[in-house]
Amino acid sequence: MAGIATKHTLPAPFQEYELDDAFDEMVDGAGAVRPHYRHVYEALRELTADELRRRQQIADLSFLHQGITFTVYGRDEGTERIFPNDLLPRVLTREEWARIERGLAQRITALNLFLEDIYHEGRILNDGVVPREIIYSCKHFRRQMRGFHVRKDAYVTIAGTDLIRMPSGEFVVLEDNLRVPSGVSYMLVSREVMKRLFPELFRKCGVQPIEHYSQALLSTLRSLTPQGSPQGTSEPTIVLLTPGVFNSAYFEHAFLARQMGIELVEGRDLVVHDNFVYMRTTAGLRRVDVIYRRIDDDFIDPLAFRADSGLGVPGLFNAYRAGNVSMANALGTGVADDKAVYAYVPAIIRYYLKEDPVLANVETYLMSDPVHRRHVLGRLQEYVVKAVGESGGYGMLIGPQSTAEQRDDFRRRVEADPRNYIAQPTILLSRAPCLLDGNVQPRHVDLRPYILYGDKVTVVPGGLTRVALRKGSLVVNSSQGGGSKDTWVLD
Amino acid sequence: MPPRPVRSNGLTMLSRVADSLYWMSRYLERAEHTARVINIHLNLMLERGSHSDDLDWARVVRSLGIEIPVEDAGHAQSLAQSLLHDESNPSSIVASIVLARENARQVREQISSEMWEQLNRLFHAVRRSSSSEVWDARDFLQSIKEGAHLFQGITDSTMTHGEGWQFIQAGRFLERAMAVSALVGAHFREFHKPAQAGAERVYLEWIGLLRCCTAFEAYCKAYTAEVKAERIAEFLVLHPNFPHSIHFSAEALETAIKEIGREAGSRRAVRVERIAGRLRATLGFGQIDEIMAGGLEAYLTELLRQCGQVHSALYQTYISYPIEAALEA
Repeated sequence: MAGIATKHTLPAPFQEYELDDAFDEMVDGAGAVRPHYRHVYEALRELTADELRRRQQIADLSFLHQGITFTVYGRDEGTERIFPNDLLPRVLTREEWARIERGLAQRITALNLFLEDIYHEGRILNDGVVPREIIYSCKHFRRQMRGFHVRKDAYVTIAGTDLIRMPSGEFVVLEDNLRVPSGVSYMLVSREVMKRLFPELFRKCGVQPIEHYSQALLSTLRSLTPQGSPQGTSEPTIVLLTPGVFNSAYFEHAFLARQMGIELVEGRDLVVHDNFVYMRTTAGLRRVDVIYRRIDDDFIDPLAFRADSGLGVPGLFNAYRAGNVSMANALGTGVADDKAVYAYVPAIIRYYLKEDPVLANVETYLMSDPVHRRHVLGRLQEYVVKAVGESGGYGMLIGPQSTAEQRDDFRRRVEADPRNYIAQPTILLSRAPCLLDGNVQPRHVDLRPYILYGDKVTVVPGGLTRVALRKGSLVVNSSQGGGSKDTWVLD
Repeated sequence: MPPRPVRSNGLTMLSRVADSLYWMSRYLERAEHTARVINIHLNLMLERGSHSDDLDWARVVRSLGIEIPVEDAGHAQSLAQSLLHDESNPSSIVASIVLARENARQVREQISSEMWEQLNRLFHAVRRSSSSEVWDARDFLQSIKEGAHLFQGITDSTMTHGEGWQFIQAGRFLERAMAVSALVGAHFREFHKPAQAGAERVYLEWIGLLRCCTAFEAYCKAYTAEVKAERIAEFLVLHPNFPHSIHFSAEALETAIKEIGREAGSRRAVRVERIAGRLRATLGFGQIDEIMAGGLEAYLTELLRQCGQVHSALYQTYISYPIEAALEA
């Protein structure tokens, strides 16, 4: 189908469903509905436009009432918005998922070995596989972590990896999120809503469950309990550390804490004494063993990192280094999701695991390389340029959709600080059917599965499918007008 | 948050959460009290004619426990006005509601969604309203009172009466005990003078005091409408069953503190329980003739001091205790 723009006329509510060069999740190149989408397709044909609208309204209300909102930064007040949720599920086959799962497990295993290595011996640097300058110039490299043994070498305990599907149908990795990835609560909540709205479809399709995520997260956190915790045989105390109610992901923090039955704490609830961490309760101080922290490295301890942080806990880093408390994720993991380091992940996988990567990378040009830089700056309108340390769709230029002014601005920025930028060819993300005004139309999507790394690797089947709801848009980030939809992996 | 299952490490309540619930409750009680006092005085002025308004407002503001600098005393009416809508005035009704909501927001997961919604509604209503003249504010004041009462009812019927609820009770009744003490003290300082001119006017003031504590009808049932300073003092300070009397508040406060001690199971609870018990006993064994003979104002000042001690002890025991004292809890 590559390169051939086809237009097929489908029956209602699909009459506006147009195909183009992008891979379509529902319809194949010949215009036929893919077998694994058949049940969804038929169900949609049977439902009237009014009935679809009604179900969309129920879903929206349910998100509103649960207070599922996110905060948009950099605008005026009143920036708390409902997370837009699209009603139609994105469906993956069991085979597609098996490959993704294998690839993600391989990737997180290699990345954890990589982190252990660069914070200790640095073999991969000595062997010249990854250039030393890239690591030491990375703003998320934490020299404070050098030589420190992280419990079970689980640096990245929770990862959210962004996958996209190429026009060929192949899934590739766009981005690793290894610091404090968010969005998993949307995955869980939207599944609950979908089960209420499409019970008969669920039964027919045979969707693999994801409800055990919270349980799996809790056991993963528990597996990090420091050795020699004085509690001995009793349960370790695990807490979720949030920056507080003003954080954009506060809903998720409260949601996960409640699901796991652990305490939701802020920095001011914790105190460090003699290198042990305690939380202040009305019954006195209670020792804390494991912290699922949703605060960035920089803000976690004003004594060790940014002194102006009011969110963190003074002395926490020392307690951590003393081995009296574990944190998930470990500090300093951001060096492995730096977008310049990303370019080396296939090499990292081969180096540590002696295997070929199951999931490929997107072709990436480092702007610190003069040849690449000249090449890309000459054709900026064809490339996506990203700042290496940013996430959430901030600090990037999408060449084909940019103005000359924006391109000049980015050109200046890249030339001023080449190490801080990478470029990738603009990729046509695959498209999936979405419900818009009672009509089904295709929109570009990506996929963010959530990976847990403890005594074993757990990937709940599916993840968060993010949608660029604006027609033609390739940006799926919630801060940039994106939404989400439920992801079904068939059994 | 639904009741947490009992785990091997027992039930816990974060000190911060207790702190927020306590202050949410105190600020709301404060807003309601301020609204009621101002509303009653607006009525009184209508009944009395308009002379010497400014002087009255200065006293009203003082009776809310707010100190007025000498140079501002002449602008008392604008001060009263700022007590309604001025968010930058920390004693204002709107500031109290904003702070109550802010505290609730910090612990949104711990209170029922009905509570949050009601407080949120009140907050938005208060933010929206404005009255250029203090005289126009009566609907506003009425809505504060009703909103606060509704919140208390919702709280009592939708939240588990566990440790968190007890902190709410403690905050409400400590605030009430202190507010009534200050109000009665200020009133007696002003009006309890022998053989005063304008007895008619003073009569209205005494009724106003009772109304400020929602006590006029209850007082009439107990003593008839005959107004006697000593009886009013007895009713507002010592009545065991009237919910706005200081004695009643102190008993409710002590009950809450004992329940907190039981739930938290802290061995450091002894001190705060002793101090709260002493406050209750000071009132429970008080005799009005003795109190009047010894000076009511001095007695009320002592009550306020003891209330302050209960607050400090509550904090030292459960909220901002020194680390060393609490290790191996």
